[in-house]
Amino acid sequence: MPFTPPPIDDILAALAERFGPVESSVFRGQTRIVVPEERSLETLGWLKGRGFDLLVDVTCVDYLEYPDAKHRYGLVYLLASTATNQRLTVRVFVDDPRPTVRSVVPLWEAANWLEREVWDMFGIHFEGHPDLRRLLMPEEFTAHPLRKDYPLQGRGERHNFPVITRDHS
Amino acid sequence: MSIASPEYGTIDPGPGPAARSEDYLWTLNFGPQHPATHTTLRLVLKLEGERVVDALPEMGYLHSGFEKIGEHLTFNQYVTVTDRMNYISPMANNVAWHHAVETLLGIELTPRCSYIRTIIAELARISDHLLCNGAVGLDTGAFTFFLYGFYQREVIYDIFETLCGARFTNSYTRVGGVSQDFTPLVIEKIRTFVKTFPKTLDDMERLLTRNRIFVDRTKGVGVLTKEEAINRGATGPVARASGVTRDLRKDEPYLAYADLQFQVCCASAGDCYARYLVRMQEMRESLRIVAQALENLPAGPVNVGIDQRTALPTKKQVYSTIEGTISHFELSMSNRGFEVPNEESYAAIEAPNGELGFYVAGDGGESAYRARCRPPALLHFAMFPHLIRGHTLSDVVAVLGSLNIIAAELDR
Repeated sequence: MPFTPPPIDDILAALAERFGPVESSVFRGQTRIVVPEERSLETLGWLKGRGFDLLVDVTCVDYLEYPDAKHRYGLVYLLASTATNQRLTVRVFVDDPRPTVRSVVPLWEAANWLEREVWDMFGIHFEGHPDLRRLLMPEEFTAHPLRKDYPLQGRGERHNFPVITRDHS
Repeated sequence: MSIASPEYGTIDPGPGPAARSEDYLWTLNFGPQHPATHTTLRLVLKLEGERVVDALPEMGYLHSGFEKIGEHLTFNQYVTVTDRMNYISPMANNVAWHHAVETLLGIELTPRCSYIRTIIAELARISDHLLCNGAVGLDTGAFTFFLYGFYQREVIYDIFETLCGARFTNSYTRVGGVSQDFTPLVIEKIRTFVKTFPKTLDDMERLLTRNRIFVDRTKGVGVLTKEEAINRGATGPVARASGVTRDLRKDEPYLAYADLQFQVCCASAGDCYARYLVRMQEMRESLRIVAQALENLPAGPVNVGIDQRTALPTKKQVYSTIEGTISHFELSMSNRGFEVPNEESYAAIEAPNGELGFYVAGDGGESAYRARCRPPALLHFAMFPHLIRGHTLSDVVAVLGSLNIIAAELDR
């Protein structure tokens, strides 16, 4: 029997009371809400105050080739409560040409590297991030490889990396 | 101050550069190739004498685009890639990946399959903790302890080899089931392991738990408070050693954990020694789980039925029933296999290192639209500078070992 997480209806009701109606859906017992980009930091901060103290993950999905997608990028914030074991997925949608969202590092230190990885892989700008550098790819890299318009086998960047010789190291 | 020189007259050197204390700092490159990092990662340490003032972790040396590959391989093919993430406990990764896929597809496992997966996930936890604690011992000078642990890992490898033919990269699970059922020989080998392992565990504890050198090297080193653990996203033994009583096996019982009795091991000190103790105790609890699950292993089919069209039917079914033939044909053809909803879901298991989750998005196709892996080691490595500040250079290996950083999982 699959586990059903504890309900979070009271928090959703309080959220709607505080910020107006929110778009929410449930799939396989997981509650997701959609938050507009300009209110993301405020809403996440409010949710943290309501008991969602653990930021499990920050990630992103590129909806370029997704059927019936309205936006290009969908950020995913997975929140959890260490006291009640409730979970909540917060989605924030952003678009080209300059996808930007407010950084949540002031709320959770855990977001630091997670946001750096999203910037590296998808090119989402996190406003207010203390140290937004690439995490996995080298500094010289210019593309964002997990975007859907980036080919699986790369664009040949590997062959153009600067070669460090012993004299210049 | 002026200097009188017989040749040049009086020289006024001026105020001169004022030396600040940080000018005397030493920069030390630790890794990417260093025996104590165990894997390929790099730390740039700022040292004042032997004291670490700051550390700058660098990673990405093993980045191989696993998440990008996950968008191009089918749900069953990708399990071979998850083997290579945390290669200390590949079985746990297999279970985590297919747990996430089955959550997305809405597949309910047979009781026998969930028990089998529970057993192998716990065996993987034991082998992971043995290596992690063994490596902490090795780095702090206890080589014998490491070899005791490594010998028992060999026994677990042997069980896995008997089970699925592969020692290291098992790729054992399938969507809706596992590749092979338990044979009597596997059950016998696990039973023997359950019987013999506690003695080794006792020996290991006698070797190290009250060893003066080891306790001095690890106690009070790399302290992580409970608030910091939650704020920095720590999970698994690292969080439990800091007093966070979070264990997904209890909090969100998946597989067969709801039926089994075990305790969540916690400590409150939050230092390297507490993390060592939590891992040692968790091995005993894992052994309890394995013993219970093995003795209560339900009979019945191991894979989900033919009607669900997710797991390949057996050869007998293919050759003797029309449903088996059709199901086998459809699963072998491209785009005739699973019914994948246009939805996204996240599912996590309590892997040996912490919460190992996969955020899987489906778009109706036979492979994932997005296969995000939430690696526990990433968040643990991110807190490394916080833990090491103010400690000495020799503590770097103790803290690094106790966090159990696996670079392949870190970089993916």
